[in-house]
Amino acid sequence: MSTALSVIQGDFGVHSSVAFDEKLAGYGLELHAAAIDTLQVNVGKLCNQACKHCHVDAGPARMEIMTRETAKQIIEAVRKFRIPTVDITGGAPELNPSFRYLVRESRKLASHVIVRHNLTVMFGPGLDDLPEFFREHSVEVASSLPYFLEHETDAQRGHGVFEKSIEALRLLNAVGYGIENSGLILNLVYNPVGAFLPPPQESIEADFKRELWSRYGITFNQLYTITNMPIKRFLDYLRRSGNEERYLRKLVEAFNPNTIDGLMCRNLVSVDWTGRLYDCDFNQMLELGVAPELPQTIADFDPVEFAHRRIMTGAHCFGCTAGAGSSCGGAVAAR
Amino acid sequence: MNYYDENDLGHFADVGKHRPDLFEKFMAWYQACQEDGALSRREKALIGLAVAHALQCPYCIDAFSQSCLEAGSHMEQMTEAIHMAAAIRGGAALIHGVQAHNSVNKVSM
Repeated sequence: MSTALSVIQGDFGVHSSVAFDEKLAGYGLELHAAAIDTLQVNVGKLCNQACKHCHVDAGPARMEIMTRETAKQIIEAVRKFRIPTVDITGGAPELNPSFRYLVRESRKLASHVIVRHNLTVMFGPGLDDLPEFFREHSVEVASSLPYFLEHETDAQRGHGVFEKSIEALRLLNAVGYGIENSGLILNLVYNPVGAFLPPPQESIEADFKRELWSRYGITFNQLYTITNMPIKRFLDYLRRSGNEERYLRKLVEAFNPNTIDGLMCRNLVSVDWTGRLYDCDFNQMLELGVAPELPQTIADFDPVEFAHRRIMTGAHCFGCTAGAGSSCGGAVAAR
Repeated sequence: MNYYDENDLGHFADVGKHRPDLFEKFMAWYQACQEDGALSRREKALIGLAVAHALQCPYCIDAFSQSCLEAGSHMEQMTEAIHMAAAIRGGAALIHGVQAHNSVNKVSM
């Protein structure tokens, strides 16, 4: 019997692009980049949390973090090519000694800066000024909060994380983040607490706004829904829980061709803690670099060469094209 | 042969093998019922979950549990829907106590 797993993996292994590319071809589609407007910088795998769904496999024991030399190469690329948006992620990027350097220098160069901030890290040593630091540099903050209830959030992100996250959100609100007309953007990121697809973004955003306000007096700007990727720790969970086949089938069956135009890989380039380049953060974790005909490191990066490039795909790409689609900016299409 | 194998849910379309026209009509109706309308998809998923429990259909319970999660419901809401199904089933049994009373009254002095 042909299973979803075998359909995705074929004879080519779990990261094969064949099934996904065939699916695109079936709709007469190809996946190429548009112009590059975002450099997504993953400064490494060190994190104060060890979430069960983490595609980075990040945690407190991970030592792989970006050096200042690589951070300088990134800033040089931002300066040279006037990159509009620098999107900083990890791990918990604030734990990297070069984090504030990256933010300050990017802002000096007039780039918009997004920080993927996990909220709880601000309670670590020497990090209690983060809300003020973000405000001072007009950073856009994007924070994971998988649900507005404690049980679901702690089940995914660890015991006590919800309570700390609520306290952190209050501190961000207190300096103006997520407050109407403050100009300080606080977006939240929802991802399912388990092996299922996200709900419609608009409806769950309305729930989050109502519940976080009525229960905790917290406000924020937008909620982004993100699909869990069958990579690293979440893939381990799927296998341990006997959900791999079912989840992959769900992703394939929910393929939506209308998501292709809005996929994040079309407008960004991802750089890892060593300076290597990828089409997205997921490819980065699978060590699936950009097409071999392109420059492979940030030191050799040129956005002109990367615009309209061929995107490297794999079975995991079904995660970004299922249902309303998924990106670092949330859903990308109507269902 | 196992009754109620979870993999059977994925073979639902096999039911249409001998009269695909009827199955297609059913599926079109079934899917149309679940679209947003005067009720939201989320409300409809919760109704589906409650009915699935009233019918005690394991396939439907599995399917509508997933639908509820993917519509944004949480376990507290889903549990309330299940209690509604159970309460109405319980109430339906209990109201028939009137029938018993009527029956007894009919033959009693």
